[in-house]
Amino acid sequence: MTYIIYIALTLMALGMIFSAIRFVKGPTAADRTVAMDTLTTIGVAALVLVGYMFERFIYVDVALVYAVLGFIGVIVIARYLEGAL
Amino acid sequence: MSILEIIGGILLIIGSIFLFLGGLGIYRMPDTYNRLQAGTKATTLGGMSLVLGVGILEPAWIWKALIIIIFIAYSNPISSHALARANYRRGHYPYIKSKDKKNMDAYQEVVPHTKEKEDKV
Amino acid sequence: MQTLTFNQKLGRFILNWIFLMIVWLMFTSTLFWQEVVVGALVSMLLSLASIRLFTCCTLSLLNPVRIFWMIWYFFVFLKALIIANFDVARRVISPSLPINPGIVKFKTKLKTNYSKMVLANSITLTPGTLSVDVVGDTFYIHWIDVETTDPEEAFKIIAEPFEKVLLKIF
Repeated sequence: MTYIIYIALTLMALGMIFSAIRFVKGPTAADRTVAMDTLTTIGVAALVLVGYMFERFIYVDVALVYAVLGFIGVIVIARYLEGAL
Repeated sequence: MSILEIIGGILLIIGSIFLFLGGLGIYRMPDTYNRLQAGTKATTLGGMSLVLGVGILEPAWIWKALIIIIFIAYSNPISSHALARANYRRGHYPYIKSKDKKNMDAYQEVVPHTKEKEDKV
Repeated sequence: MQTLTFNQKLGRFILNWIFLMIVWLMFTSTLFWQEVVVGALVSMLLSLASIRLFTCCTLSLLNPVRIFWMIWYFFVFLKALIIANFDVARRVISPSLPINPGIVKFKTKLKTNYSKMVLANSITLTPGTLSVDVVGDTFYIHWIDVETTDPEEAFKIIAEPFEKVLLKIF
C-alpha cells in the first residue's frame, strides 16, 4: 500500500510541475489562471492523500476549504478579466 | 490485502494518472481553450476517483470525501466556462487549424472580432 | 424577478431545508442529537434567507419518477465522463496532437435556467466539448475536433442523449 501511495504522489508531483511551468510561461492571464485552477485541483487531491498517509483527519477539512476558496478565486479572476468587476 | 484495499489502490492509481495527464495537457496544448479542455476533464475525473479511493480505504472519511467529490464535479465546469467566456470577450480568439476560418467560429456573431492581434497579458 | 405564490415559496423552503440538512449531516458525519438539532436550526435559517436565490424547483422534484430519471442521468453522465477522459488522454499523449478546434452552436428545447445550467455543465465534461456561452436558448460550444458546423447535426452529436433525460426531469 505504501508503494502505491508513493507512486500516486510522484505522478501528481509531475503533473504539478507541468502546470507550474505553464503558470510561469503564460503567455496570457487566462492561461495562468487555468494553470492555477489545475494546481488547485491536484493540490486538493494531494492534501487528501497526504492526510490518509499520516492518518490526520484534519487534512480533509483543509482540502475542502481549499477547494471552495480556489473556485471562488478563479471566478473572481474571470469576472475581472471580462471587465465586469 | 482485503478487497476494499485493492479497489482503493486501483482508484488511487487511476486518479493520479489522470491528474498527471491534466498537468501534461495544460503544458502541451496550443491555446487557452484547448488547455481548458484538457485541464478540466482530466483533473475532474482524476480528483474524483482519487478522493473516492481514499474514502474507500478509510471508511470513516467517506461522507466528507463525497462532499469534496460533489464539489469538484460542480465547480470545475463552472470555472472553466467563466474563464473561456472572459478570455473570448477580452479578445483572445481560438486557434483554428482548418482552412475554413469563417465558419469554424460561430461565437463571433455574439462578440464580433474587433482586435486584429492578440495582446500579451 | 417573478412574483411567487405562497405554495411555491413553501415548496422551495422545504426543498432547500432538506438539501441543506443532508449536506450538514454529511459534513458532521454523525447522528448525535445535539449536532442534528443545531443543523436543523441553521439550515432552516439559511433556507429562509435563500428562497429567492435558489430558483430551481419546488417539492415536485422529489417525485419518484423524477428521482429515477435523475439516477439514470447520473449514469449517462458518468459514462460520458469516462469516455471523455480517455479521449483527452489519447490526444494529450499522442506526439502529433490530433486536434481540429473550432466553435459551433446549437439550439436547445430546455426552458428553465437551472436545466440549461445542468446541460452546459454536462457538456463541458463530455468528450472534446467546452461550453463557452449560453445566449437565450443558443449554446456556443468549443469543440476540440470539429466534425460538423451544422447546428442540427452538432446538436445530435453533442447534446441529444443528455437533453432527452433532462426534459423528463425538469
